[in-house]
Amino acid sequence: MARAEVAVAQAGKGAPGGNGPRARKVVASPAAWLVWGAVTIFFIGLAGVVGSVVVNSFGTRWFDTWLPQGWTNDWYGQAWDEFTLLPVLGVTLTVCLLVTAVSVLVGVPASYVLARRSFPGRRAVYLMFLLPILMPPITYGIPLATVLYKYGLAGHLSGVVLANLVPSIPFVILTMTPFIEQIDPAVERAARMCGARTAQIFLRILAPLLIPGILAASILVVVRTVGMFELTFLTAGPDSQTLVVALFYSMSASGIRAQQSVDAMAVIYTLMMLILLVVALRFVNPTQLVARVKEDVE
Amino acid sequence: MTVVPARVALRHRLADRGVDMQLLLLVPATLFIAALFIYPFCYGLGLSLQPAQGTVFSAYQQFFTDAYQRDTILTTLRIALPAALLNVVASVPIAYRMRGRFRGKRLLTTILVVPITLGTVLTAEGLLGFLGPTGWLNRTLIDARLIDQPLTLTHNYWGVFLSLVITGFPFAFLLVLSYLSGIDPSLERAAATLGAGWAPRFFRITLPLLAPGLATTFCLTFVLAFSVFPSAILVGDPSGSTRVISIAAYEAAYVRYDYAGASAAALIMGAVELVVIAVVLGLRSLLYTGTTSGGKG
Repeated sequence: MARAEVAVAQAGKGAPGGNGPRARKVVASPAAWLVWGAVTIFFIGLAGVVGSVVVNSFGTRWFDTWLPQGWTNDWYGQAWDEFTLLPVLGVTLTVCLLVTAVSVLVGVPASYVLARRSFPGRRAVYLMFLLPILMPPITYGIPLATVLYKYGLAGHLSGVVLANLVPSIPFVILTMTPFIEQIDPAVERAARMCGARTAQIFLRILAPLLIPGILAASILVVVRTVGMFELTFLTAGPDSQTLVVALFYSMSASGIRAQQSVDAMAVIYTLMMLILLVVALRFVNPTQLVARVKEDVE
Repeated sequence: MTVVPARVALRHRLADRGVDMQLLLLVPATLFIAALFIYPFCYGLGLSLQPAQGTVFSAYQQFFTDAYQRDTILTTLRIALPAALLNVVASVPIAYRMRGRFRGKRLLTTILVVPITLGTVLTAEGLLGFLGPTGWLNRTLIDARLIDQPLTLTHNYWGVFLSLVITGFPFAFLLVLSYLSGIDPSLERAAATLGAGWAPRFFRITLPLLAPGLATTFCLTFVLAFSVFPSAILVGDPSGSTRVISIAAYEAAYVRYDYAGASAAALIMGAVELVVIAVVLGLRSLLYTGTTSGGKG
């Protein structure tokens, strides 16, 4: 605890007059002020952006004043009815569940092979899985939507699910690889010596050990799918819109809807994402997604 | 009798090179990506080469001769490159300060992650409200007598740029923090023992070790910024200063129903984006790419 306080003092305070035992404190302090100043400005801007939406979603009339003239929570009820939010949420949930289930079922075995084996063409396969993540969704979304329309899949739930699988499967593969690398291959070899077949090794040995990783990957896929605008936008029909797309339509068709009810819906969307993210953070440490290192650095 | 040993031998030879039944586990994922990513791409390529009129390349020709279309490439780069660069560069000092443990670190990280949940529409509505002519920012600045006229920050370049910073910065920050905490602090401590101040320690030890991670972060942030589509419409000026290439591609496909032109625009967009990434990753390969966790010494 004492060490933690020293770290805060070094990072946060850094007053030039402080007669620190080391020269570093004095030299670093203007930079520290600058950095925390920039963070504060970012937070103030963020608070302003979020605050004005939240305030507007509860306000009655708000033109040229600091705050709205009155307060109401009618916009939420109105948003719920006007946007037929219940079916939209149903579609969002269905799409997320289907996308997550398929991408985990398909992605985990693939990431196992890529993490454990070396074979000719491995780099090419890896690149193939990397490309959908490195490309903006619109670039492959437009040809994909054209193909899906050709086969009559776009405009329905199936088209939306198929389109969202394109970035999700590679994402599961890349997220799962470090989890699989952490498992000692000796465990599998031991099971094989005892006569277990590949299917048994997968179901009885690897799956239980991989549950934390699978949970992490699926929650991240859900967060990404809820937020994935472009692919759903390009492939959805009127009855297969997810929440982001419905929101976009309601905002870009301005003048038809009251701005406050769009804001109310945006607040609902953000609350939903926030809950998902908090759940996700319980399973994954966001700073350890890339390099899995010990938390205790200092 | 002669066939069986030969087959076994082939199987063994393949297994020696790493090819055996287990690779079948790759098949479903490969099929999905081939059917949903590679086939559509090839289909789009074919489509872009079959315009309704003109020769094979006239969809591309049309794109590059029409200034209104061609300039979307520059517009996109003008928005995406500075936004991605700012997000990465600003993340480094903040992440550098947030290494190690201190009270409230988890809270601070969580607050920095929250913008990921905002979504484009809330960000757009918030920017329009907060930065608009009668928004809180302009009101504060006018009341403080810093400006006379409200600043125009929405429905132009700055609105889109700021929305990219709000959504992109937390993402870049998380990645940079993750790479940075992978660097063994004992390397810096060793330098400190030898009398190096913070500047040499940072610029000659941490930064070179961090550079490959920064390149990756830049690429991923750039992909996010490059595909700016909803915010360019909602907070930008979609027919003028923020008419990005994705808007051009979308309009070709869903407004003019010119699928050849749309595919051409989408492929040009992908090509431009991959060129930038290839340049960054090429520069990265010139840098040190070994372990960052320190040897046993």
